[in-house]
This record gives sequence, C-alpha cells and structure tokens, in this order.
Amino acid sequence: MRPRNYGFLLACLVARDFKIRYRNMSLGVFWSLLNPLVLMGVLTFIFTKIFPPAGVENFHVVVLSGLIVFSFFSLAWQSGTMSIYGNAALIKRVPMPRELLPVATVLANGLHFLIQIGLLLALALWAGYRVSALWLLLPVIFALEVLFVCGLAWITSALDVYFRDVRYIVESSTTVLFWLVPIFYSFAMIPPEYRDLYQYNPVAAVVLACRAIVIENRLPPTSLLWKLPAVSLSFLAGGYLLFRRLRRNFADYL
Amino acid sequence: MPRVRFDRVTKIYRRQSRQFFWRFLVERLGRRRAEPIYALRDVCFEVGPGRALAIIGRNGAGKSTLLSLVAGLTVPESGAIDVEGRVLALLELGSGFHPDLTGAENLRVNAALCGLTRRETDERFDEIVEFAELADFIDEPLRTYSQGMILRLAFSVAIHAEADILLLDEMIAVGDMDFQRKSFRRIREMKQEGRILLCVSHVPEILKELCEEAIWLESGRIVLRGLAEEVIDAYASGAPLYEGRL
Repeated sequence: MRPRNYGFLLACLVARDFKIRYRNMSLGVFWSLLNPLVLMGVLTFIFTKIFPPAGVENFHVVVLSGLIVFSFFSLAWQSGTMSIYGNAALIKRVPMPRELLPVATVLANGLHFLIQIGLLLALALWAGYRVSALWLLLPVIFALEVLFVCGLAWITSALDVYFRDVRYIVESSTTVLFWLVPIFYSFAMIPPEYRDLYQYNPVAAVVLACRAIVIENRLPPTSLLWKLPAVSLSFLAGGYLLFRRLRRNFADYL
Repeated sequence: MPRVRFDRVTKIYRRQSRQFFWRFLVERLGRRRAEPIYALRDVCFEVGPGRALAIIGRNGAGKSTLLSLVAGLTVPESGAIDVEGRVLALLELGSGFHPDLTGAENLRVNAALCGLTRRETDERFDEIVEFAELADFIDEPLRTYSQGMILRLAFSVAIHAEADILLLDEMIAVGDMDFQRKSFRRIREMKQEGRILLCVSHVPEILKELCEEAIWLESGRIVLRGLAEEVIDAYASGAPLYEGRL
C-alpha cells in the first residue's frame, strides 16, 4: 500500500467509529454532554451536601475537569484495547497498516473528548473564570493525554490478541484508577509523600495541569510539565515498538 | 511489472489451546512444542503480468492460506515470497462494512481500505455506484440492503481500486446473471491491462473461463500444476493422480 493513503484511511476509520457510536439514537451526540453532566451533578451533590463542604469554590467545575479527562482515558483505552480483536475480519482479510486501528478508535473517542472540553470551558466561563494566555497550553496537555492513550492501546490491544484476559485487566485498572485520579478531591489533599508519584500518572497529571490553568490561572508546576510529556511519549514509543513486534502473528491467533 | 513468486514456501500452524497463557507457560518450562500442522509445504509457483492462476483443492488443502500469504496477512515459516505490485484481497467482500452506516459511508471506508486516496474516491464515487447499480439506495443504511446488494457494492469498490494483483476467494459469482457477465468482462479487461489474478473457487466453469493455469493443492502440497483445463478436469474426475506425483 502506498504511504500517502494512510491519512485518508485513518480519517475514514475515525469517522466510522465516531458515527456508529450514537447512530440511531434520538439524542445523538448530546449523549457526550449528558453523561458527564449527570455524573457531575451526582458528585457535586454528594461532596457539597452529604459530606461536609470541602471549601472548594465552584465544585462542579473542579469535578467536571476531572471527570472528562478520566472518562476519555477509560473509554478510549477500553475500546482501543478491543480494536484489534473487534476488527478481526479486517486483520485476517485486508492488507492494511494494522497500527491504525487502535489509533482510529482512540481518536474517535478524542472527538467526544473535544466536545466535552468545550462544555468544561463553557461552564468555567459561566462560573466567572477568565480566558488567559495560559489556555494556549491546554491543547498541548490534552494532546499528550491522547498520545499516552494511543501508546497504552497499542500495548493492550496487541497483547489481548494472545491473552484475552488483558481486556479484563484493563477494565479493572480503569475502575481502580477512578479512585487514584484526583477527580472529586484536589491535589492539595494528597499527602506530600505521594504527590510525586501522582505526577507520574499522566491522567492525574492532565487533571492537575488542566485545573491549574483553568481554575487557578497559573502555570502548572515545572516538575509536572516535564513528567507528563516524558511518560506520555515513552508509552507512545514503547507501545509502537511492542505493537510492531507482535502484529506479524495477529492473523494466526484471531 | 506485477509478479507473484513462491519459492519452497512452508506455512505451519500450531494447535492452539484456548488458555493460551497456560500452554505458553507449559511449553516454556517443559520445552515441549505443540504438534505442527502443515498448511503449506514447499510450494513453488510463479505468475507473471496479465496471467490468471486458479487454485483448487479440497477444504483445508491450504488454498486460503496461500492467498493470505500473497496478501502479506500472515508470514511463512520458511521459503521466499516475492510479490511485486499492490495486492487487493477480495477474500471476503465487505469485511469493513457496518450495517448502521449508509451505503455511501461504507463505500468510502471500503475504498480507503482498498488503498484509494480521498481524491480517487471522490472521482470514482459515481462510477462505483453506477457499476453496483445502487444509485437509488446509496444513502440508505446498509442493514436495509439485500445480501446481493451488499456484495455488489463491495465488488464494485474493489474492481475500481486498480490493484495490480487481485485475489478472489469464492467470491466471483456475485449478483444476478447480468451483473456476473459485467464483472467477468471487467476482470478480463483488467487482465489485458497486465494485472494478475489468483482465484479460488469450487465452480469449475468460472475458473476455466478466467484462468489459463491452475495448481491443485492437497494437504498443503502442490499435487498437479498445468493448464487450467487439464488440472481442473483431473481434479473433478477425482483421479488418484497425486499418489504418483508427490
């Protein structure tokens, strides 16, 4: 296959994944907004009414920033993991660059993420936060998360072909991570000895950076600014290398 | 110039246990490997531009494995495979189709999978729809299509993809008589343009009409190779030829 075709093929695969997710639903793409809004409502209710107020202003914006970053991560990783197994028909029958499949699935989820980022920024402005030059950093930070998930999806989708247990390991990991990512608590509440560790988790790092920029209107800590790209890009590179090694026998094991 | 050449190609499958992980451990610790199954054994052949080769044999003889190897979907255990030109596998038409997308949307995804660029897809869109005889339904979801309509769409995309090497697996007889005649005419034109055709089918008439040469596979080995007429007739009469030819 000629290399110049990959862009169009990737665009077609992303469009396919994006379209089939909400096709035939009356609310269509609004589900992308409704899901995080409902969760935001519930968590805001619990942590301002049931548990004593944590003294955080605009708790709903804080929660939503954590929620959308996490939900992109967990949905994109889980569906990315299944993307090779789920496209077995293509793997076995169509000569195409197989590494595009997990990427396409992650990017299709990325489109929903984009809509949710819009929702977050709209709610932030509504709550009285101001646009600043720092917001220019946001696309970079979100892009790093997308690259991180691409790397993860390459690793787990390739391993899942050989060990089908991988998908359940991924599922459990996302459940665990829901609690280990500061979604409904803030970075300040984490005991100092664990903070360094938290920054190595790219999902937590993205949440922290996003909150620093949008809510606190300050530059994220420098330690975080190098850890996030370092971890994300090493996962991307490592994932690609592993995927390339494992892909030659995909057709025989699916 | 497109070319397909196999030189003593051997492909082995191993029995796979469902619990791959445990088997993997046992093998690594016990240094025991599962019994190999030969899908292809020392297969040699060559096809040049403008030629069509028929591959015949019983179920499980290795015909589909051979096509997968040409397409680069799987790798051989030993031997050399030399494929020059862009391969298009019609191993199962419509592999990338989704029932909830419209015919037009599926057409674009499939064209991209067949290696067409955005511009080529836009240019040939109308031609593909017209060849498939689907102009009135192209914006309907694919789940409302009949089986014949789906196959016509997939086939039409594939033959407009301009690949150098076309692999047909049991999928030549698509659509009604008129559509078949039209497809055959198009395939013959493609051969005249220098493209290569590899066909697997259980319908002797189709193979004789499209192919000049044939190979007969039995348990992964080539039993007989020669003119399509002769090899296919020998296979059809079930002559115990291969006993002596092994």
